[in-house]
Amino acid sequence: MLQSKSFVRKTKGGKVLKVVREHYLRDDIYCGASFCKACDSSTARLSSTAATILIVDTNVVLNQIDLLENPAIDDVVVLSVVLEEVKNKNLGVYNRVRALCSNSMRKFFVFSNEYHKDTYVKAMAGESPNDRNDRGNGGSAIRVAAQWYQNHLGQGTHVLLITNDKENKRKATEEGIFAETVESYVKSLGLPGLLDLLVHPSSEDVGMEDVEDLRPLKRKVIYTEHKPMSEITSGLHRGIYHQGKLRVNRYNPFEAYVGSESIGDEIIVYGRANMNRAFDGDIVAVELLPQDQRHEKSLSIADEEDEEEEDVHLAPSSADAAPRVTNLVQGSAGDINPLSSRPSGRVVGIIKRNWHSYCGSLEPMPMPAGNGGVAHALFVSKDRRIPKIRIQTRQLGNLLDKRIIVAVDSWDCLSRYPSGHYVRTIGEIGDRDTESEVVLIENDIDARPFSSQVLACLPPLPWSVSSPDLANPIRQDLRHLCVFSVDPPDIADVTNFVHPGTPLDDEAAQRGTSVYLVERRIDMLPKPLTEDICSLRADVERLAFSVIWEMTPEAEIISTRYTKSVIKSCAALSYVEAQARMDDSRLMDQVTTDLRNMNALAKMMRLRRIARGALTLASAEVKFQIDTETHDPLDIGMYQIREANQMVEELMLAANVSVAEKILKHFPLCSLLRRHPSPTKEILEPLLRTAAAVGIDLDVTSSKALADSLDRAVGDDPYFNKLIRILVTRCMTQAVYFCSGDLSPPEFFHYGLAAALYTHFTSPIRRYADVIVHRLLAASLGIYKLPDIFQDRAQLTSISDNLNYRHRNAQMASRASVELHTVIYFRKRPTDTEARIVKIRSNGFIVFVPKYGIEGPVYLMARGEKGGGEWLVDEQQQKVKKIDGSISYGVLQTVRIHMEVVEPQPNRPKLQLTLDQGHVA
Amino acid sequence: MEYVSPEGLRLDGRRPMEMRQLRAEIGAVAKADGSAVFEMGNTKVIAAVYGPREVQNRSQQMNDQALVRCEYSMANFSTGDRRRKPKGDRRSTEISLVIRQSMEACILTHLMPRSQIDIFVQVLQADGGTRSACINAATLALADAGIPMRDLVTSCSAGYLNTTPLLDLNYVEDSAGGPDVTVGILSKLDNVTLLQMDAKLPMDTFENVMQLAIEGCKAVANYIREVLQENTKQLEYRRGV
Ligand SMILES: [Zn+2]
Repeated sequence: MLQSKSFVRKTKGGKVLKVVREHYLRDDIYCGASFCKACDSSTARLSSTAATILIVDTNVVLNQIDLLENPAIDDVVVLSVVLEEVKNKNLGVYNRVRALCSNSMRKFFVFSNEYHKDTYVKAMAGESPNDRNDRGNGGSAIRVAAQWYQNHLGQGTHVLLITNDKENKRKATEEGIFAETVESYVKSLGLPGLLDLLVHPSSEDVGMEDVEDLRPLKRKVIYTEHKPMSEITSGLHRGIYHQGKLRVNRYNPFEAYVGSESIGDEIIVYGRANMNRAFDGDIVAVELLPQDQRHEKSLSIADEEDEEEEDVHLAPSSADAAPRVTNLVQGSAGDINPLSSRPSGRVVGIIKRNWHSYCGSLEPMPMPAGNGGVAHALFVSKDRRIPKIRIQTRQLGNLLDKRIIVAVDSWDCLSRYPSGHYVRTIGEIGDRDTESEVVLIENDIDARPFSSQVLACLPPLPWSVSSPDLANPIRQDLRHLCVFSVDPPDIADVTNFVHPGTPLDDEAAQRGTSVYLVERRIDMLPKPLTEDICSLRADVERLAFSVIWEMTPEAEIISTRYTKSVIKSCAALSYVEAQARMDDSRLMDQVTTDLRNMNALAKMMRLRRIARGALTLASAEVKFQIDTETHDPLDIGMYQIREANQMVEELMLAANVSVAEKILKHFPLCSLLRRHPSPTKEILEPLLRTAAAVGIDLDVTSSKALADSLDRAVGDDPYFNKLIRILVTRCMTQAVYFCSGDLSPPEFFHYGLAAALYTHFTSPIRRYADVIVHRLLAASLGIYKLPDIFQDRAQLTSISDNLNYRHRNAQMASRASVELHTVIYFRKRPTDTEARIVKIRSNGFIVFVPKYGIEGPVYLMARGEKGGGEWLVDEQQQKVKKIDGSISYGVLQTVRIHMEVVEPQPNRPKLQLTLDQGHVA
Repeated sequence: MEYVSPEGLRLDGRRPMEMRQLRAEIGAVAKADGSAVFEMGNTKVIAAVYGPREVQNRSQQMNDQALVRCEYSMANFSTGDRRRKPKGDRRSTEISLVIRQSMEACILTHLMPRSQIDIFVQVLQADGGTRSACINAATLALADAGIPMRDLVTSCSAGYLNTTPLLDLNYVEDSAGGPDVTVGILSKLDNVTLLQMDAKLPMDTFENVMQLAIEGCKAVANYIREVLQENTKQLEYRRGV
């Protein structure tokens, strides 16, 4: 059956077009009930015993997705018209409801009502697809479908339309369709816990005053009304407003940036009032503030909300993990605001929300009396960029000491905080498993076990190299060679097992990387691959992908060959073992001699690389020793770097560079490479000031110049040079993956390694980038053809974006895990140790504790009395001095500190650093 | 963009292997020796055939075979925006050539030496797959004109979107920028006379997409055969046979 849809559409040029589309109506769309006799039930999803079938309206899907995700709600029919409306309004919710519909554990069925001959509702004349979002005939299509279901399934089944659209519910009832609101339906289920999941309309503000009154506030913050969309569009058009994604400073939630293409710079937004209810990640419209208002705004930040105390945290390892802007001596007299030259602005409207759910806990509060057990509480997200969120709960007593997940629903300009609803409980605060799960959720890491579809892609176990593998002409037999491995699982032929387009490959692509927490590892690939088939164990035959160099004794590469291979490793050594062998002069066996030769070559390669301008940077990596039973940290210390580590690193770098050259030559437009942008002046600025204060001149014009000036930076003590290197390291931005077709060759440069080309090839078991690079390399050798997706540049770009996202999250999660274990470790062990001052504040300074790799504030005076006049800051010399001149602390100076875990609020332990008085070094 | 929903339906409600509705009418232009209107969904094309007749330009005359000429054009009202398009632009010239070559492959030109056959094709309404529709219309018009042919040439396109091979792309699908394979076949002889694609596809995917397009061509051929038989019956009936 054929229907013609016609509507008019306005083109970009302003012309009005009539568009006619065909619309086929079908009789082979089934109802999805497995008990239905009339339909083909092969695709049925609804349970065979379903007494009630729910049909959900668009508003229910959009607003109550957390409820729908709860397993208590099932046997739901999602109409295609509803999906279409949801997709147009909120892609995030759309993806979630789609996931529900494809989840085999749930009973959600998609009914393509728009294509069914009996449920198609013809659009009103002149209606464009956009009009339909304003409930043109969406409502009536839903009712027609509900009616059809009731007639189709007969009286034995109760078909219930769930809608919060009053008009739609009224009409449904008139037409004889059973309809209920979400609230009344959930109440009828008799599960009080479910009620917390409901999103309440924002008008239900009763009782919130109680919560806000508890807080010592002098003034009530009222936000400016957001401009209507039409005004924003015209404002953007005329250049009064600027559009961009708002990013909140991870270390100062009152400061945000909007990268604006229209002015080609970042606009800074200071304070919650100027952020005007925008969340991190929202697409906003910003208006620039006049010059004279800029400074004033930045000073008022502190009194807007009681300033959150800075926590002790892991020392940042790169510029991405560090505060974007060091707000030196905030608010003190003579403050030279380094940012005053940059435009600042305020948010006038939000174009697209980036709301999702957040992990955190409720602010401690007394149990309210009466009120039907309903309490209004404030939720504090672990992610400091997120403001507090008000929620209603019927289980306050239960939730106060828990980590919970909360979703945001709305934020009107009369309320200081956004309102949201409880989603679920993770566990008790402070409990290691709970906190580890929080780390995973916060960083969007999928730690679920691999699905059966994924596991089905694995070769049967026990696996061994087969004769077809050996006979395969693409594979070279290297079993006769003495091959051995040092620490990393070497370069196994992972792509021999992970085939493009399989569920295994999709899962790995999605995960992007393995994630290393202190007490556990979340694998990118299932265990049989990581620990057996692709693990190059000693004396076992394994498939590998080899890069074979022929080198001169001076470590110059004469020729490079790439081949899939079969190897039989004669030794799988750890770094420690390899180092011990090299150091033990009595050992003269082949493996040891080979190790020494390789080490000699690697050293030469390393020197050459450094001569080219590669930076030798230092990081403050921490290593825990974990109790195997309790998983509690037993000891903590810096990670020791041995010659063996450097040797392996050098050879891996060389392999990665060789492979990058090879794949780029064959696939100039679709290679996956890794680049490292030069650090920006702005990020280096504070470091240069610090260096100048201690009399060191850092030349940052090129990586070579920087490397040379770092070599010259020697201070009074042996640790000084390393400290400077650590500080430089944190000014570096992350290296990123990219698709070679997206950038021009000069942009491919890897700053830190001083390499024109670089990629990741050496760890395909734990990084998906390497899997892609393996496929590219295999294709460049003519072994396999390049998979389809390499034709699609947009898809490649989105893959590399995802890899960068996953990579960064994995790093953040590792750091958060180390921080968590640091607190656990010091809980029972108050410690005195040495620390170096890295930043000066008006009321103290930030110290770096080299032994534990952490960083945190040391206050010279109690909180609240800051600016008391007792201490003075010397910006030029980077010193904080007592007013009578008796004591002064300068940047990079060594101080003795005391570390202890305190609990200023119940269930909120934190590590505190205090000055060990009288031990000033 | 989602061109095939997880339920397996395309934007217009078809499944991936389904063709749009076909419609054909023979004899739409009374003056011509043969003519036909052919519709594939909203794509509507009219073809008129003149000849075999005397060669207009003597220098082009061939002593062993007929001269086949083809002129393709698009009506100004055939797309949404009514723009006046110049005649004989590159695209039209190219499509004219494609149609002519496809038709030459099936006309028994050696039976009509020193003559000329003119095929005029005009797109009345464009909604993707115009090339295929033109070839199908021309075939019908040639048959209507009684031009001797070794087989029926039919054409259909197939594409590849959301990693799914799709038969007979409409305008929206065609504008997605994915690969679009247009195939023309001699249906009974099972010979491919036309194969066009302006994108890259891996070999095995390409084979699947092409196979799908061939299936489409065969379905078109069956339909055209039915239309011709029905037309013949009508003619017989009118003559009172
Ligand atoms: Zn049914």
